[in-house]
Parts: sequence; C-alpha cells; structure tokens
Amino acid sequence: MTEKFRFREPELAKKIARKIANIAPADELIKFCHVCGTHEWSITHYGLRSLLPKNIEVIAGPGCPVCIVPASEIDEAVQIAQKGAVITSFGDVLRVPGSEKSLLEAKSEGADVRIVYGLSDAIQLAKNEPNKEFVFFAVGFETTAPTTAIEILKNPPANFSFLVSHRLIPPAMELLLGLGDLQIDGFIAPGHVSVIIGLKPYELFPRVYRMPTVIAGFEPNDVLMGIYMLLKQHKENEAKLENEYSRMVKWQGNLKALDVMNKAFNIVSSNWRGIGRLPNSALKLKDVFENYNANKKYDIKVEQGRDILLGCECHLVIIGKIKPNECPMFMKTCTPQNPVGACMVSSEGTCRVWAISSELSFL
Amino acid sequence: MCLAIPALVVKIEGDTAQVDFGQGVLRHVNISLVDTRVGGYVLIHAGYAIQTINDNEALETIKLWKEILSKEIE
Repeated sequence: MTEKFRFREPELAKKIARKIANIAPADELIKFCHVCGTHEWSITHYGLRSLLPKNIEVIAGPGCPVCIVPASEIDEAVQIAQKGAVITSFGDVLRVPGSEKSLLEAKSEGADVRIVYGLSDAIQLAKNEPNKEFVFFAVGFETTAPTTAIEILKNPPANFSFLVSHRLIPPAMELLLGLGDLQIDGFIAPGHVSVIIGLKPYELFPRVYRMPTVIAGFEPNDVLMGIYMLLKQHKENEAKLENEYSRMVKWQGNLKALDVMNKAFNIVSSNWRGIGRLPNSALKLKDVFENYNANKKYDIKVEQGRDILLGCECHLVIIGKIKPNECPMFMKTCTPQNPVGACMVSSEGTCRVWAISSELSFL
Repeated sequence: MCLAIPALVVKIEGDTAQVDFGQGVLRHVNISLVDTRVGGYVLIHAGYAIQTINDNEALETIKLWKEILSKEIE
C-alpha cells in the first residue's frame, strides 16, 4: 500500500486506536465535540466510536447547516415561491419543515422549486429562462458562503436574487461552551469550514476557554488522529490549537474566499433552529447589493416561525445534549422516509446519519 | 453539506475548469477562488474549487502521524 492510501488503512486505524486506549484515563468520562455533519457521517459510517474506550465520548454539535435554518426562513422561501418565483437550492433544503410546510410540499402544490448542485447551475437556469424570476436559497456555513459571494460580485442576471441564510460556525462553538451542563473536554473543529477561515477564528477557544481544539480531516484515520491529539492535550493538561488537516487547511485560510465574503456580506446576529438568537453568527448581503436581496425584492420578512414540532427533540440533538436514540420519536414516528424534525431530513443531520449507518441495536 | 471532493483539472477556460472526479465523471466548476493549472488537483465544494491539493502535503500528513504516534507519553 502506498503512503497516500493510508488515510483509510485499517491497520493504521487500529494502531491509533491502541494509542488512544493507552493514554485514556481509566475512569474519568471525557467528552469531545465536533461541529460538522461530515464528521458525524465519518464517525458513524466507519464505526469509529466502537474503537474508542467506553469513557471517551464523541458528540455532535450544530454541524448541519440545513438543520439549523430556522422555520421562519423556510417560510420566507415558501412565500416567495408562492408569489411565482422559481426557488433553487440544494436538495436537502427542500424537505426541511417550515412552520406550515416545506419547499417540497409547496412544490407539490404547484410552486416551481428546483434542486441544483451548486449556485452556478442556478444562475445558468436563470440565463436559460430570462422571462422567469429565480431565487437562490443560499444555505450553508463558511465553506459555502464564498460561492454565493463570488456570484453576487459578478453581477448576476437581473432576474436572479438571493435569500441568504448563511451561518458562521465559531459563534455556535462558543454557545456550546456557555451551556454549563454540556461539559466538553475538547473540540474537533470542522475541516472544510477551516479551509476557508483558517485557524485564527479558533484561537479564542484554547486561549479564553482553555479548550483543546484540533482541526481534523474527514477520512477515518484523520478523525481518529484528531481524537488522539485532543486526548494527548487533555492528559498533559494543555489547551492548544492544533491542525491535523494541514494538507488542506492553512493558517490564514483561503484569502481569496475571505476577501469576496468581506466584499459581499456583513456579519449580523441571527436565529438558529432550536438554538435561538446567536450574536454575530450570520451573513447578510451588503446594502449595495440590495437589488439582489430576495427579501427586499418580494417584500417578504417572516420574524417568527415554529421551529420544533411537539415531541421532536431536534433542539437537544443539535447541541449534542442527547443522542438521536434518546429521542422518543427516533425510528418510531420519525424515520428517514417520514422525517419529523430537521435532524432527520438532511443527509448531514445527526438523526439521519444514525438512522442509516448505526448498528441496529435500537430497533 | 460541507462535503468537498478532490478532482483533477483537465481543461481551463477563464474562471471555469473542466475537472475529473475519477472514473470519467467530468464537470465544469468555478476555479476563481484558487490558483491552479491543468494537471493539478483541487478540492471541490458545490461546484466551486475551494483549495488546491498537492501530493507532498498528503505525504507530510502521514509523516506527521508517524512522528506523533512514535512518541511515547511519559
């Protein structure tokens, strides 16, 4: 096996797992938190939790950008679609529940809602059909936000506008530290968000909160190494910012991406589904791009929505307070085929990932 | 949703490149956020390249892992 393919090599995984077991404390419960749906997918899909000692727990924080879009913003998209504009977005977004209905339900009632692979495809649709109005529902964390920024700066067609719902990860991580009863011992920081923002935005976690923080990649051995590095810091009573994913993540991030984001957006406070209002946690189009702001163009602003249905515990799953199988509805009334909460809708939602990849012992 | 996949740059026309995701899956992606060339690898997220990839850095990671794993903790 050549060196390049070692990111998934089982022998290496076993070796890292042995190292983890060697330095793990005997009885103290250690809890590490990641904030990325792709990390949850890797951990669950590859069964990494089964390689860890019983007292080392890895929990999932708010890492699914589709899950944390508040119902009020889904409602805005539905209302815009009902006014006759074509809503374009990523596939997962369509099934996320709004207060009354999802975009998919609006589509079944006749609204024109289309799935795209990315924003450039949506713009191409608008160019192909100049007599229709198109809106891109821009959901996603820092990884996705620059793609929206590039297109806004390039003067998209006049029949195109944006419903911007981008959110920022570091404020959500800070929120988790404020929840006294969560008691996290370290952060596994998200690799692809970090490709864009670099290391600097995480510096406050070790410095201010004395929280070990390791940026990790997504291959199984990346995640295991990240856990090992956190555990090592814990054992040596250190709190440092380390970068396991150095092959992709540079200290300064992607400067071009940060530059276009700065030009297109202001940072504002905003609501997250199931979490509430977080300061400086969202992006909003700058006033000079008002012509492309779908809220203004269609005069639609929904202040309040119904985020969580009665009985759904998505709000506790999102912050890592409970595991999906601790929700009474999980795999009973709430399934991938018939999801109740946003965490079961998106392919990166913790409940959905557990439903399709976990061992079936909960059934 | 922050999923990103490596791809090989096959052809470049301005801000757009044709990339190969492997096994002949070709797509046009936007490359204005990175400096790349034909024959280089890029990390693609939702149709946009967000980072360039070079082989040596991947090998460096493996080297770093070996180093970390070989150190014993007192």
